[in-house]
Amino acid sequence: MTADVIDHLAGIHPGSPLDLLRERRPDAREHAQRSYEALFAPDSEQDVTLVERDALATFVAGLHQDRAVTGHYADRLAELAPDLLKNIEKEIDAGRTAGPYGVYDEPALAAESLVGPAFRTGGRAALGERLAAGLDHAHLLIFRPREATAAHLGRLLDAGWTTTGAVTLSQLVAFLTFQIRVVAGLRLLGANR
Amino acid sequence: MKFTQEQLGWEPWLNPLAEDELTEAHTDALIDKARAASPYFRLLARDPHVLHARTKTDLDIFSNTDGGLPRAERELAATATSRHNGCVFCASVHARFAAHHSKRPDDVRRLLDEGIDGHQSERWRAIIDASVALAATPGAFGADHLDALRAAGLDDLEISDVIHAASFFNWANRLMLSLGEPS
Repeated sequence: MTADVIDHLAGIHPGSPLDLLRERRPDAREHAQRSYEALFAPDSEQDVTLVERDALATFVAGLHQDRAVTGHYADRLAELAPDLLKNIEKEIDAGRTAGPYGVYDEPALAAESLVGPAFRTGGRAALGERLAAGLDHAHLLIFRPREATAAHLGRLLDAGWTTTGAVTLSQLVAFLTFQIRVVAGLRLLGANR
Repeated sequence: MKFTQEQLGWEPWLNPLAEDELTEAHTDALIDKARAASPYFRLLARDPHVLHARTKTDLDIFSNTDGGLPRAERELAATATSRHNGCVFCASVHARFAAHHSKRPDDVRRLLDEGIDGHQSERWRAIIDASVALAATPGAFGADHLDALRAAGLDDLEISDVIHAASFFNWANRLMLSLGEPS
């Protein structure tokens, strides 16, 4: 994994204005890539398998409706588990909505509460309860992170995720919400100069 | 809890590593040794490679002084993103930074009290609107936001800094909101 994935997904070529722009923040560039590598070429699959990582990433990217990023993770998943990709695509279709939304407990913020769907993965038997619980949690984090509670983490642990696995899952989903936005933002900046 | 510039604590919902469990690899991942006192960083240290890369990314986006957007406005983007996503803890920290670096505490307080639609200068309006559009899923950041940022005087490096600061807080907000709560 040496090619810079944000450059690849945003269509940034060596020597282009955006390439030079990114070079002004060399640590951010290098460590966005290292974050990707730590999550998608991990030293160990003990707490989260590679298939789970690619399945979660395909789901997250698909819910963001970014074709290039979704294709990238879907291709990775298709290599490892082509049948699983079809099931993830069904969950993407079922889970698409628009966020962020969520209810505030705080009375002073009640006027800002936005009620929206709490997604529950449909094909639980095919996906297995562990991955299904991971997809439920990913949807929560993407669309209504303000509604997250300790009980949501409890559901992950109940479904077989370790504490370290829950941290890695959270990092993976949260990192992707960064990567996808940087790709979209830089792509737009490059197209409107 | 309401949005505030007060100093808040943060309590994890999962067990962090204990301070005496931290190996050299964990301490390296913290970057700054003082962070071993923080339950948030000791929880993230369970996956040390990701924490290390996350922290280096964070520091460069907000602290690299080689031109680009003033620190105050990188913090403004972080605060607006946190306000919109609903992260009271993140908003409190970065509102203090934004107020300090901009010397515009009243404008920052208005962003917390009235939300993203409260009155702001043209330049801050453009940065807040871009941050809010970037926070949307699916994305809503478009050519109109770029036009507004340029009309407010931002060059491409400054716009890239807005994109990175706002995008980074989508990462940070989700961790702080889903792994514990402010106290």
